[in-house]
Amino acid sequence: MLKKISIYLSENPTLRYWIIRPEWVAVILLILSIIASLQLSPFFGDLAFIMDSATPYVEYGLIAIILTLIIISGEIDLSIASMIALTAVIFGTVYNAGFGMPLSVLIGVLSGALCGLFNGILVTKLKIPSIILTIGTLTLYRGIAQALASDFSLGGYPSWFIGIDYRYVGIIPIPVIIFTVFALIVGFLLSSTIYGKQLYLIGTNPQTAKYSGIKVDKIKLLLFTFSGVISGVAGVLTTSRLAVARFNMATGAELEIVLMVMLGGTYIFGGRGNIFGTFVAFWIVVILRSGFNVARIKIESQLTILGAMLIIAIILTNYIYSKSQK
Amino acid sequence: MSIFDKFLRIRELGIFSIIIIVVIAASIIDTRFLTIDSWRAVLLAIPLILVMAMGQMMVIICRHVDISIGSILAFAAITIGFVFIHYPETSLWMALLITAFVGLIMGLINGIIITRFNVHSIIVTLGTLSLYRGLVFIVSGGRQIDRNDIPVHIISFSQTSFFFSIPAILIFSVIIVLISHLIMRHSVLGREIYATGSNPEAAHLKGINVTKITLFCFGVCGMLAGVAGLFYASRFGYVNPGVTGVGIEFIVIAGVIIGGTSITGGSGSVLGTFLGILLLGIINVALPVLNIPGEFQKAIYGLIIVLALSLDQLIIFRMKKLRTGSNA
Repeated sequence: MLKKISIYLSENPTLRYWIIRPEWVAVILLILSIIASLQLSPFFGDLAFIMDSATPYVEYGLIAIILTLIIISGEIDLSIASMIALTAVIFGTVYNAGFGMPLSVLIGVLSGALCGLFNGILVTKLKIPSIILTIGTLTLYRGIAQALASDFSLGGYPSWFIGIDYRYVGIIPIPVIIFTVFALIVGFLLSSTIYGKQLYLIGTNPQTAKYSGIKVDKIKLLLFTFSGVISGVAGVLTTSRLAVARFNMATGAELEIVLMVMLGGTYIFGGRGNIFGTFVAFWIVVILRSGFNVARIKIESQLTILGAMLIIAIILTNYIYSKSQK
Repeated sequence: MSIFDKFLRIRELGIFSIIIIVVIAASIIDTRFLTIDSWRAVLLAIPLILVMAMGQMMVIICRHVDISIGSILAFAAITIGFVFIHYPETSLWMALLITAFVGLIMGLINGIIITRFNVHSIIVTLGTLSLYRGLVFIVSGGRQIDRNDIPVHIISFSQTSFFFSIPAILIFSVIIVLISHLIMRHSVLGREIYATGSNPEAAHLKGINVTKITLFCFGVCGMLAGVAGLFYASRFGYVNPGVTGVGIEFIVIAGVIIGGTSITGGSGSVLGTFLGILLLGIINVALPVLNIPGEFQKAIYGLIIVLALSLDQLIIFRMKKLRTGSNA
């Protein structure tokens, strides 16, 4: 039976292309994790509960979507979590210095853009491998945040600003709506416009992309800056949710953000992947995390499972691509 | 080429002159910096990082990076802590053996995943960084190893000395550094590591078993991180599952990179790494002397990493230019 299927698939490349795709792994995992969580507690099926538990991860999800684009173009940005902390701290410092709320938000987001631009310039101009450069800026940005805020929590925001996760449209919290709309827009840009096609080409073969007239460096610079901007937005969102900004917020968030992208079937060497996979993977992380919490597994012990999942996700994605798209 | 020219081409010279400048600047601002006490502080701050840096240097020369070493350190330290609780009479040598073995296994797991599935080492070790940290919590149940759990002869390992009042822990680290130097400079294995890092395909064609070399580097890196776990328990007298070794990987990587080890593999030396770590130690002690608050330390380390990476890349550009220039 299995042999018959594999022969049939090898005779129909189009069908094979659609069936053997890493995104389906994400979808299957999502279904499995929902079933497993329902076994843990019957109350888990409450949609409002899942929506509520999704809000803390929206900040990571937003960045995961941009990171998908960056990884498709053959680079990576690991300084994202530090940029969340730095932009939040800058936002808090500026607001407490007496600037108005709109101006503070603007400065927070702009500082994120600057951080991203800095990454981008070093990657495109000096040709430092992004994976090691962003390890360096990860330390740098977190360090600047610590130097700015020291061990204080920057608070004192007006009440309308605090608690964006408690504003709902129906049962859906506003952050989840922001995330979904953002995913739809970026997904559309990636799959149906010339810019998306260019990204895939850059990731598949940067040399060819350059010779076919694509401004590779400019696009990469733009992507890194964009990653900084979204980290800035995530920093402001996190501050709104927690009502304070601290230098050590989002510590270790790299893991979850990279995990979302990898589970979604984006190819670590660039050129393949899509937003749909990342979107599904976001919900996997949400359901697993809240499932663990319902099952009273310690937060620190959950790290083991998430770390193992990251490795398995990469290995599985590589395997599937090596099978389906030779 | 005159001797002076040759002297200028030594890669470690840059870092050495930076050390001199920092020391002179710090001692001009405050003469306290030149006292024996502050140098003792420098030398006591570095053994842990120095030992880990030797392994990390081999991994980076081999074109990989291992960012899970902080968690390996914590796991080895927690393991040895529980061994001490149940068998307080465990000797120093036995403890060294246990931590080295634990570290070796964890390093090899990293290496096997990386070589078997051909995935970038930073992504894999980002996964194992969390995986091992989670294991630390599972094994310890969140319990801290306190000072009275660790036997006296282990604590005294980092405080007493058998040679000119130099702490035993430092002598130990220097021995490890010397062995690393012998391996890297004077053995076939070391040459093969450099060859693998500068061009894996060519190394493979030349008959070098690239997989074996990579596994060796990750094994050693894990093993030394494990040994550093014992040093941590001895030096600080406690092991906390949530604090021990968190973020230490970035300090180690910073030291290795500013020591002139190229991130694109194939170049770097034990002497350079030693000087890099020494510079970090000096900065660490100089900060309070220069009246810079401790919160700036991380930012300064980060800045150093980014600067060193940029400088390294500029050197590569320059060398490419020189090479093409001589051909034309």
